[in-house]
Amino acid sequence: MTTHTISTAPPPSRGRRREKLDWKGWAFVGPFMVVFALVFLTPLAYALYLSFFQEKLIGGTSFVGLDNYVRALTDPQFWESFGRVLLFLVVQVPIMLALALAAALALDSARLRGASFFRILIFLPYAVPAVVAVLMWGYIYGDQFGLTSNINDLLGVDAITPFAKEWMLVSIGNIVTWEFVGYNMLIFYSSLKTIPSEMYEAAALDGAGAWRTIFSIKVPSVRGALVIATIFSIIGSFQLFNEPNILRPLAPNVITTFYTPNMYAYNLSFAGQQFNYAATIAIIMGVITAVIAYVVQLRGSASEVR
Amino acid sequence: MALPLARSGRRDPLNPRKSTTLLIVMIVYALYTLIPLVWLLFSSTKTQAGLFSSFGLWFADDVAFIDNLVATFSYRDGIFLRWLGNTLLYVVVGAGGATLLATMAGYGLAKFRFPGRRAVFAIVLGAVAVPGTALAVPTFLLFSELGLTNTPWAVIIPSLISPFGLYLIWVFASESVPTELLEAARLDGAGELRTFFTVSIRLLAPGIVTVALFTVVATWNNYFLPLIMLSDPDWYPLTVGLNQWSAQAIGAGSQPIYNLVIMGSLLTIIPIVIAFLLLQRFWQSGLTAGSVKQ
Repeated sequence: MTTHTISTAPPPSRGRRREKLDWKGWAFVGPFMVVFALVFLTPLAYALYLSFFQEKLIGGTSFVGLDNYVRALTDPQFWESFGRVLLFLVVQVPIMLALALAAALALDSARLRGASFFRILIFLPYAVPAVVAVLMWGYIYGDQFGLTSNINDLLGVDAITPFAKEWMLVSIGNIVTWEFVGYNMLIFYSSLKTIPSEMYEAAALDGAGAWRTIFSIKVPSVRGALVIATIFSIIGSFQLFNEPNILRPLAPNVITTFYTPNMYAYNLSFAGQQFNYAATIAIIMGVITAVIAYVVQLRGSASEVR
Repeated sequence: MALPLARSGRRDPLNPRKSTTLLIVMIVYALYTLIPLVWLLFSSTKTQAGLFSSFGLWFADDVAFIDNLVATFSYRDGIFLRWLGNTLLYVVVGAGGATLLATMAGYGLAKFRFPGRRAVFAIVLGAVAVPGTALAVPTFLLFSELGLTNTPWAVIIPSLISPFGLYLIWVFASESVPTELLEAARLDGAGELRTFFTVSIRLLAPGIVTVALFTVVATWNNYFLPLIMLSDPDWYPLTVGLNQWSAQAIGAGSQPIYNLVIMGSLLTIIPIVIAFLLLQRFWQSGLTAGSVKQ
């Protein structure tokens, strides 16, 4: 996949001039757009609307302008959760993408025995539901019957404590990495497969070694895929919810109700009935995510042009 | 387009010798990938007592695989089977519908010039950047106004949209459905929808299988959406149900059923893994073709 995912340019088409402008295309696009409007555009507009109102015990719902936004931006719980997913993003995403790229390059290198076996194996965790992945890892981390307790028993000390406050984010990062390396590997691998073999022949004639080929041909060629994978990972990190929420019963004192912005919004609405404030948090996170994704995309495609 | 497995090591003179170091590194990573799954397999054979008293990556003294299997399906009048049925319903209607809608829309965008086409692109692809879960709370409120919460529709309708699927089919249709072919069909007097369902859909098949597989995974694994939309356990999919079983072990008067959670987890993974393994030829070529576009 190249940067075209985000681009709005029409695909170059040879017969373009002969196709006449008519409404027939809507017969195909229409059904999608109707559902899209119902599940994307309407909730988005509704969230915006909600964020400008407040529900009071006395006086009912009233328009409050930007009050909810002011409250969110000065809310230490919101900033704590935001800082946490930002830290997660800065540490976990590079590790995950580096592992995925390394795996894709290894699979593509033709120097690996059993490459197709490894490819399917590494991809496998993507098919495992997040709930099952987190339950498995949660049990493995646990001190009751997990592998962690086996290792700690063996050593005679509590050497590994995945649920301790200082290790929790690492434990979550490990689960997310386990789940998504394979998916990103496949994106990179598909991209590597599109490099014409003449490029490699030319490189070989020029006497380029394996590493030279990797850094001069392969890595630049997957830049578009790298941008896409980065954007998806940024969105995923900011949305972090499933893993901490499912782990929460195992470590209720460490994983607070505002551990990530998404958990905060969720708990505000479904435990606290504060729908307006929850919508505001969601909108702020949506805007931040969209802006960062846009910047990454701009930078990614700019350096591609150069 | 290079086929995924076309470049075989021995025939290509450019290819160097196999590297043992690389193999060892990959085996280490493969172990990391496999250990939780192997742990799950061994654990599924254990009684609750066995779980506590045995090493995680080997059998306990007594093997209770069949007992666990029976207990999982019979617990609380077979609620697990109900959850499995719900999941299948959400997958068939949700992922099936998502695939159909994405295929038609991607094809429409690739093969027709119509008013508002650029706007559709901008809106749909821009929406990808909006966190899906950011929409969850307003969607819940909206659906509850419409009386849809706590019904299967609340899970199915949002599953019907796959912007990634639309993108993949758009790229795929631009590449693999020749405009000349459509024009020939038009000259023969065939309607556009008829041409789509009789001719184009076959050319799009690898792309459709890929989109279907990824939407199936997305709906099969869906957790957040049903979690907020459903309060009646009778409508839970497997994911929400399993998490509820797991949460049973916590708190006062708890009744842990770890063995059932573990067996249930195993049963939840198996169908989707089989689907991926059986269809790998399709989705791998589908994805590769999707990235051909320059």
